[in-house]
Amino acid sequence: MSTTAKGYLAPLTKEAETSTWVYLKEWFCSTDAKRIGVMYIIFSIIMGLVGLAESLAIRIELAAPGPTFVSDATYMTLPGMHATAMIFFFIIPLYTGFANFLVPIQIGAPDMAFPKLNLCAFWILPPAALITFSSVLFQVFGVDLVVPPDFGWTAYPPLSTAAYNSNIGADLWIMGVILVGTSSTMGAVNFLSTVFNMRCKNMTFFQLPLFTWALVVTSFLILASTPVLSSAMLMLQLERTMPELFSFFSPQGGGDPILYQHLFWFYSHPAVYIMIMPGFGIISEIIPTFSRKPIFGYSVMVWSMIAIAVLGFVVWAHHMFTSGIATEVRAGFMFLTMLIAVPTGIKIFSWLGTMWGGSLKFDTPMLFATGFLIMFTIGGLSGVTLASVPVDIELHDTYYVVAHIHYVLVAGALMTIFAGFYFWWPKITGLMYDERLGRIHFWLTTIFINVTFFVQHYLGVKGMPRRYFDYDPSFADLNLVSSLGSFALAAAQLILFANIALSLKRKVAATANPWKDAKTLEWALSSPPPHHNFDEDPVWEPVERGHGPASHDAHPQPAE
Amino acid sequence: MASTALEELHPPLGEESLGVVHGKLGMWTFLVMDAMTFAGFLAGYARLRWGVGGGADIPWPYPYDTFGQVGIQLTAFNTFILVCSSVSMVHSLAAALKGNMKTAQNWMLATIIGGLFFLGIQGFEWTHLIKDIFFNGDIKNVNFAATFFCLTGFHGCHVAVGVIYNLIMFLGMRSGKIHQGNASLVEIAGLYWHFVDLVWILVFTFVYLI
Repeated sequence: MSTTAKGYLAPLTKEAETSTWVYLKEWFCSTDAKRIGVMYIIFSIIMGLVGLAESLAIRIELAAPGPTFVSDATYMTLPGMHATAMIFFFIIPLYTGFANFLVPIQIGAPDMAFPKLNLCAFWILPPAALITFSSVLFQVFGVDLVVPPDFGWTAYPPLSTAAYNSNIGADLWIMGVILVGTSSTMGAVNFLSTVFNMRCKNMTFFQLPLFTWALVVTSFLILASTPVLSSAMLMLQLERTMPELFSFFSPQGGGDPILYQHLFWFYSHPAVYIMIMPGFGIISEIIPTFSRKPIFGYSVMVWSMIAIAVLGFVVWAHHMFTSGIATEVRAGFMFLTMLIAVPTGIKIFSWLGTMWGGSLKFDTPMLFATGFLIMFTIGGLSGVTLASVPVDIELHDTYYVVAHIHYVLVAGALMTIFAGFYFWWPKITGLMYDERLGRIHFWLTTIFINVTFFVQHYLGVKGMPRRYFDYDPSFADLNLVSSLGSFALAAAQLILFANIALSLKRKVAATANPWKDAKTLEWALSSPPPHHNFDEDPVWEPVERGHGPASHDAHPQPAE
Repeated sequence: MASTALEELHPPLGEESLGVVHGKLGMWTFLVMDAMTFAGFLAGYARLRWGVGGGADIPWPYPYDTFGQVGIQLTAFNTFILVCSSVSMVHSLAAALKGNMKTAQNWMLATIIGGLFFLGIQGFEWTHLIKDIFFNGDIKNVNFAATFFCLTGFHGCHVAVGVIYNLIMFLGMRSGKIHQGNASLVEIAGLYWHFVDLVWILVFTFVYLI
């Protein structure tokens, strides 16, 4: 392949053409948002594999009742570290990776507003991962000096105070989480400045592609919620290091453990939306492309995202219905939580409305998008049942909650990630993937997600608690089903990697717009896009956002 | 806004933009985040002081008794100094916008000295509180000490960072890298400095006065 066809992948200097090391160094120090985006994606995939390994260890242990695979002490560390890997180091940075690649191009900008800050934000992540997971490395190599924390990813005190968890592994975990939070707030500042200030001609706010809109909303969520987690973690760390002097959360020192839960969930509930909102954006790009119709209800899609974000900040206490907070407070939070189903429902129906009467093509990205629509709705509905206080008191900390969160994050967020991955793979690498393997990957993934997680609803309703090392033998059959499903689900991901390897080996070049009907600016560029994206400043052709029969005076003006 | 020097620093504005330099947007969005960090600490303070449960059996110490009249007056004086340094920051920006870089430089120096003065008095206060009050067992409620040092310490770190930030501005003015054309750099530094000042007013009110 010639150098010009390699776009941003092409080496910048003569030395980099001959030496792999120099080429790598060029990547590691690059301030090009596209290269940083790709580094984010590769890093998060590696961390996703770490999280996957931990989840498989959990499922092996739970395949049969009684101690089978790991010791109970080791098992207790697994759910928390699995969640940490998947939430902080897989889903959130992976979306940031896509966003780094796409947001500047979609708004017609050459790069991000703060390219160096961008690189810095990325390079905080690998050390943070090393700090957080160093305890797991020690555990794997059988050194008892540092053990991973066994307080789950929520780190509730007093369990997480020095009195019960004095090992340095817990301190490392807290430090790692603070660093990840810092990195993602740096990213959020950058995305907002970029989108506000660097849009090309005619790219007004209500012309922005929905993926970019999703990132704007996500960035606001990150800015307003992540620092609260950081302050809670700092207080927790002070209390751990100097328990005699600092007491915030442990009742022995007159502190209030519920305070920690409030602060933690003030971050961690919006975090759920941080982990799904960019996915909504991805789906909103894919469904119109493969339905060959404009998105249905564009402005409603934007406002519903904003509504979800605003409501996301006032529902946090629904995670604390069993912690003894006042009934009036619980009733209020129950109402607000159920309210979120309204804007989410608007989104689901708008996606369906986009598909309705469209000329549908079911390529792999569209398959994943459709699968997402169906399964995410299941996850949303189990969320509505959990929002109800009396039902939640029954189901709290059971496998029903595990099933719900995995329907939202695996059948929801992960499916959107796969959809986006196939959708933009030709753009990012300039190469086509194997469509047949993609479809096999979709079907196996979808089937085994349901095999793994659907039975967990039933286990939860029957009373199997989450995070436990052992369970009643009457749960054995369904747990075996769930474990077998998870192994098959993990094995199905080998097809994805085989597809990546084949694509890189076969080198079937992708055209600028391989899906033909994709409309956003990235598809106007060559695949892969060149350094600095556009040769001359692009001008966006404003899109008619209205629906129904054209009546020109009824069309809303693009708003500022 | 003459922005030749700024374009060297940052990618250019798009055709559609909010019409301000990237740095100002970056600082405002950063301040949203920073405000929420303080909100976390203040929420912790409020909950532990006025919430149910917690250290209810050991009453929350009355600030007037803890710090004493002299202590509160000293901190009030310190607040006054910080507010004054905000005023000198405004003068520095006004001079820079007019192109009087020598005047701007002097006002910036005054801002830096104000910040250092604040840190000095706070250091003196901390030493006194730690040596004479908290470790003497005069304060039984450990939540009070925890939230007090957390809030004032986190704010003190912000002042220290602000002093370094202003020092960089000062040196930039002296070497001529900051001039009338990129006075927005001073404005952005001012945003941060006024924010730190504003947060101190809140902390002073909640911790010392109420």
